[in-house]
Amino acid sequence: MQKRRKYRYFVTFLFLGIGVFFFFALNICIGSVNITLSDIAGTLTGQKNSETIARILWDIRLPRTMAVMILGGALALAGYLLQTFFHNPIAGPFVLGISSGAKMVVALVMVFLMGRAVRVTSTDMILAAFIGAMLSMGFVLILSQRIKGMSMLVVSGVMIGYICSAITELVVTFADDADIVNLHNWSQGSFSGITWENVKVMALVVCITFITVFLLSKPLGAYQLGEIYAQNMGVNIRLLRISLVILSSILSACIVAFVGPISFVGIATPHLVKKLLGTATPIWMIPACFLGGSVFCLFCDLLARNLLAPTELSISTVTAIFGAPVVLWVMAKRKKERSV
Amino acid sequence: MEYYFKTEQLSVGYQSEPLIRDIEIGLNKGEILTLIGPNGAGKSTILKSIARQLKLIDGVVYLDKKDLAQMSGTEISQKISGVFTEKLKTELMSCEDVVATGRYPYTGHFGILSKVDYAVVEEAMELVHVTEIRNLDFTKISDGQRQRVMLARAICQEPEIIILDEPTSFLDVKYKLEFLSVLQELRIKKGLTVIMSIHELELAERVSDKILCVNGEYVERLGKPEEIFKSGYIKSLFGIETGTFDEENSSMELEAATGEPEVFVIAGDGTGRSVYRMLQRKGTSFITGILYKNDLDYPVAKALATDVIETESFEPIKELLLKEAKEKLDGCKRVICCKNVFGTFEKANEELLTYAKEKGKDVEMTRQIMTSNDRKGMV
Repeated sequence: MQKRRKYRYFVTFLFLGIGVFFFFALNICIGSVNITLSDIAGTLTGQKNSETIARILWDIRLPRTMAVMILGGALALAGYLLQTFFHNPIAGPFVLGISSGAKMVVALVMVFLMGRAVRVTSTDMILAAFIGAMLSMGFVLILSQRIKGMSMLVVSGVMIGYICSAITELVVTFADDADIVNLHNWSQGSFSGITWENVKVMALVVCITFITVFLLSKPLGAYQLGEIYAQNMGVNIRLLRISLVILSSILSACIVAFVGPISFVGIATPHLVKKLLGTATPIWMIPACFLGGSVFCLFCDLLARNLLAPTELSISTVTAIFGAPVVLWVMAKRKKERSV
Repeated sequence: MEYYFKTEQLSVGYQSEPLIRDIEIGLNKGEILTLIGPNGAGKSTILKSIARQLKLIDGVVYLDKKDLAQMSGTEISQKISGVFTEKLKTELMSCEDVVATGRYPYTGHFGILSKVDYAVVEEAMELVHVTEIRNLDFTKISDGQRQRVMLARAICQEPEIIILDEPTSFLDVKYKLEFLSVLQELRIKKGLTVIMSIHELELAERVSDKILCVNGEYVERLGKPEEIFKSGYIKSLFGIETGTFDEENSSMELEAATGEPEVFVIAGDGTGRSVYRMLQRKGTSFITGILYKNDLDYPVAKALATDVIETESFEPIKELLLKEAKEKLDGCKRVICCKNVFGTFEKANEELLTYAKEKGKDVEMTRQIMTSNDRKGMV
């Protein structure tokens, strides 16, 4: 039993690892200009000196692909944390309105600061998004104490999302023309225009958060069993809950700040990964979720860029197509299990 | 002697609203304390407060002379474990995984189990007989199996005190007995102290060293089973209004039929009980006799019959009593005789039967009358 499990974990991680490499390579190679692996090798070693390819590679493809990988993982992890926190399999930063809350505050900050010609840094954006995420989270938390049942929680999250989106639209209407174009792209969710500066900041934030989450994997495992039992096992429930709220908000904020809200990666990935691993134990789920989210987003961004090239699809369009069926499957499965 | 587990002026409840006050419990190591009381009396609240699931409103809980409130979460989890009525939420976990979660307080930062931990898990599973189902998914086993896995999990935590909230509720009679035997085994082998709530009074009476009766704002009684199971007390504790509970035999009977008695039942030596219950089911009121007070039929008769003609044990039946019985029999339309053999001290009952036949009553025999030859054969 134990051996078979370890084997399965190993295969899953190998599979996800290869997936990340594979799609990472594809993302770099495929685009409006196709780049071959030998071009890349040439550019890196400096033998073949094509200025255009080097620029495309270094300034556009690499930072973007890095961002997709990091934020995809962060999204899946945020979804996993929220699902664990609410004991709700269809929770995620998008459906609970956390992304929208973050988006709202970021839009407010952008419009007001840009209007005053103040330069907005990555850190400012993350902070703004974090405040927004915490705001939404606060509302969801208050509601979750009054509303029982997983579907109602999600419905209230979606409502909060609508309110936040409406406010965002309102702000955008009052913004200058130039800002509108920027805001519009961003509020639909897009990985375009990511710089190395952005990548550095998000890598740092996500990395620290990931390590913190991983260190919490033991109490998280106990928390999954239900609060009463976790408490009986000696877990400081209050502290853990607060940590979960903050960590998932940081992750959601980081994503929204750079690429806007992205749907379904957060909800769907943990379920797919769980199915692959055959366990819900956090110590395996946390890294596997991250990798799974990366693969999922790399795949979706590849499609978003190339499917209707030169027009770029919004990333959420693609993630929804692949993610929503997974959510439906999860709900159908739960219903079946309950009726037994 | 100082008690091993002690509560002082303990008040428990929710949101600083005391539900039960001044709980004073004292237990020696290895004792089994059972909480009984009506639904909603606060048994779970007391258990959860002791397990530190709920904040104490007032008072102190001492374990081995140490204040529980001063201990860290891990320290407590190594001393107290529990099975609560709340369901354990699991996903893709086998029964063995669930049992292994009990090792949580002993594992390192990442919760990896050592060889020693696995050995303890194994031992716990063997003790409650769940080894065969170790690889089954926890969500797909029966309630009874689940309860045993939960007990294994709690045992695996190697506690000094185990807290069980209605642990036997979902178990069938075989597993009920087995469950309680495991508890007894643990207290003997490991000196485990048990605090639990239980609804089956007959089990509570048999397994407990001490029983705590919870009712209303204060603990009503705390004592040995024989001090609690005194005539009439259970009825008042639970506010039983229909039917009866016989404390001496910890057995219950449904509400007796009312109205003019229609049937006279001649019984004794345990032959009448099933007839009494049959009559109760049909709503027929009846008189029965003549019964000795130590007869097996006697407690059931007291609970169900409109009138019981009774006499002191080990004494011959007096003429006067027989006359009274005959008069009462006269008032009944039917007679049911449960006896086919009458012993030396039952001659009065035999005479009652003859009297009924003489009077032309509708006499129903539940057993074939034995001739003296049959009787010889029996001996």
